[in-house]
Amino acid sequence: MSDIAIELKGIDKRFGLVHANKAIDLKVRKGTIHGIIGENGAGKSTLMSILYGFYQADSGEILIDGQPVTIKDPNAAIAAGIGMVHQHFMLVDNFTVLENVMLGAEDSQILNASIAKARVELKRLEREYALEVNPDALIEELPVGLQQRVEILKALYRKADILILDEPTGVLTPPEADHLFRILAQLKAQGKTIILITHKLREIMAITDEVSVMRRGEMVATRQTKATSVEELAELMVGRRVLLRVDKGPASPGAVKLKVENLTVRDGRGVTMVDNVSFELKAGEIVGIAGVAGNGQSELLEAISGIRRAAGGRVMLNGTAVDVTGKADPADLRQRGLAHVPEDRHHVGLVLKFEEAENAILGYHREPRYGRGPFLDIPAIRREAEEKIGRYDIRPPNPRLKTANFSGGNQQKIVLAREMERGPDVLIIGQPTRGVDVGAIEFIHKRIIEMRDQGVAVLLVSVELDEIRALSDRILVMFAGRVVGERGADAAEGELGLLMAGIDGKMEAAQ
Amino acid sequence: MDFYVSLIAILESTIRLSVPLLFAALAGLFTERAGVFDIGLEGKMLGSAFAAGAVAAVTGSVWLGLVAGILVSVALSLVHGYASITQRGSQIVSGVAINFVVAGATVILGEAWFRQGGRTPALSGGARFQTIDLPFVEALRDVPVIGPIYAQLLSGHFLLTYLAFAMVPLSWWVLYRTRFGLRLRAVGENPGAVDTAGISVVWMRYRAVICCGILTGFAGAYLSLAMTAGFVKGMTAGKGYIALAALIFAKWRPVNVMFACLLFGFLDALSIRLQGNPLPLIGQVPVQFMQALPYLLTVILLAGFIGKAIPPKAGGVPYVKER
Repeated sequence: MSDIAIELKGIDKRFGLVHANKAIDLKVRKGTIHGIIGENGAGKSTLMSILYGFYQADSGEILIDGQPVTIKDPNAAIAAGIGMVHQHFMLVDNFTVLENVMLGAEDSQILNASIAKARVELKRLEREYALEVNPDALIEELPVGLQQRVEILKALYRKADILILDEPTGVLTPPEADHLFRILAQLKAQGKTIILITHKLREIMAITDEVSVMRRGEMVATRQTKATSVEELAELMVGRRVLLRVDKGPASPGAVKLKVENLTVRDGRGVTMVDNVSFELKAGEIVGIAGVAGNGQSELLEAISGIRRAAGGRVMLNGTAVDVTGKADPADLRQRGLAHVPEDRHHVGLVLKFEEAENAILGYHREPRYGRGPFLDIPAIRREAEEKIGRYDIRPPNPRLKTANFSGGNQQKIVLAREMERGPDVLIIGQPTRGVDVGAIEFIHKRIIEMRDQGVAVLLVSVELDEIRALSDRILVMFAGRVVGERGADAAEGELGLLMAGIDGKMEAAQ
Repeated sequence: MDFYVSLIAILESTIRLSVPLLFAALAGLFTERAGVFDIGLEGKMLGSAFAAGAVAAVTGSVWLGLVAGILVSVALSLVHGYASITQRGSQIVSGVAINFVVAGATVILGEAWFRQGGRTPALSGGARFQTIDLPFVEALRDVPVIGPIYAQLLSGHFLLTYLAFAMVPLSWWVLYRTRFGLRLRAVGENPGAVDTAGISVVWMRYRAVICCGILTGFAGAYLSLAMTAGFVKGMTAGKGYIALAALIFAKWRPVNVMFACLLFGFLDALSIRLQGNPLPLIGQVPVQFMQALPYLLTVILLAGFIGKAIPPKAGGVPYVKER
């Protein structure tokens, strides 16, 4: 009998060019709650999907109770005693709780006997783990907290000893989350092993026994929760990178170009992602928004740029109102001088199957200089694309090449060239250097500073704290959808890190 | 009494005309509930009608004809399954393609094999389904009121007619009371839930598509072996589409499907009955209008009278594991 419930050895997984998991090693002790923390895209979910048989690792080994196992599909994972509560619930909305719990674990062809047995078993689980839920309720009529409970019951019904929860609190209100933690503590007391995936430090500190940190596909550290701190984990998560040096003079801010007042944004499930955010952005300054990924920065950018409808608040662009809660339209905002470099260039910024020259005018393609009557003036478009390729050093210098064939850095330059060359009043940039090589990073940073010096108001969102510190004239920190602090460009890294973790630095210092 | 006789006659032909719709709509129920939309019901029915008619004509056996019809229809279903489940292609394109291919192929093959302008030879005797009389029919025939109902309306139909109506409770039982049905409905709502429960989404959907093939096979065989004595080109005449409309009208529920099919059958029967007969108050109505009536009513009913029909949530979407 080993006291290790799960051991992963050298798990490696690639999706095309993306190296999602790099030789991951992990040991999870039996009867503990083990946290796996990391930013969005760090590879946590991929790792757990491999453990649950959704994907096959390219190489590596999985041991359960010390025995090597191959998990080729979810069936094998269930047989090995692994249950998973997915981030997006795997429930059939118009089925009852009972039917969902039973699905895939029915005893016989005809349901009657299975239903009776499931009913008895659910009653027992309810008693044992205090997981009350009406077995005959339809899923779509239950609040998300209860839906999640059904997911847990599904795993327990299949006799899972190891329970994986993928970002379980993302859709929960704080009281619901607290309730979930009580359930997890109860499950642990009954001897279950729990793996909790999250990017929220508070949860890790509140409930786990041990915590492993992932960053960019690597497992960078494992700590006893008692022996670590929020600061250490935050630093491990974000990673200390070679300090970026950017030459820039002092800013000379001018008139207010963008004014955001009490902006509130909810996601599709009604969870508040941006909570009453207000700030001003002046001509000739760079305002950086720092924060651990998933704290509302993406939604803030989307609302300001007209991609996502806000639930409340006001935005003024160049002194005139933007209808952010109604029919704000990105095309209209562009005309009014707002340029947007989206965070996700593959899905929002570019059409990868288009030629470089086509992407270079996307969103501006209605302008008269690109057209002749109802037709596009292809030679003019290509000529202009060639000029931009020269100025931004985009390689290979071929406007007719498919955009998918450019590297990440060059793709980003295509987007930047498109948005910056338009002479905007306000430039909104999300993750300017995500997936970009070092050489291009320097170039992009220089261009952003140049834009500022030309009097453009720049709003910068990045999960790279170093980048924020190197470029910004003022720094706003977002946590849980709120702006929790504003600091100058000279703010200490540690202080910002605490703010990003939701701890007010001044209050801590005063204690 | 005259009115009563006409009414019984119209209702009798309602039953006769709604059988192919019922088989086809139940067929659509199985695939669509599993998340595979099937606009190719029409083509499958036509293919089955042709195969059944041809084989019955050549062998002289109605049963071999029926088997041939079902086999062809299942084969076409598997083509649709391969395109839309395995290859994750567009379910609409695949279905439309099947409709076109079958419409052309039946005529070409029919002409090549039988040289009767796309028909198959007329069937008689053991090559065709015969009507069945229910017990005590003669004794009850002259009883007032219930006599005509029993003897004319309920008795004297084909075996496939009784089978079609028996399929209604059977389909309900399979979909709602068996493991197969539970999983089939789940795969049409949230295939991810089925996949994570350790069940193969692909195999589940293929099985649903095969069920559909068998039922459209019955629908086609009914057309060429029972309702008519032989295959006539284009003999489905849009019944596959009407069946789809009935399915939507019925909100994808088996018992509702039966009533929807009976309603469409009734409209069809009514239009036939009223052709050439002046309507009270209105007078003579053009034949074309009466023929168009069922379709017009279909549009009107679907457009406004059924409230919101919510299709299976994962319908029409090929299942791809999320990354």
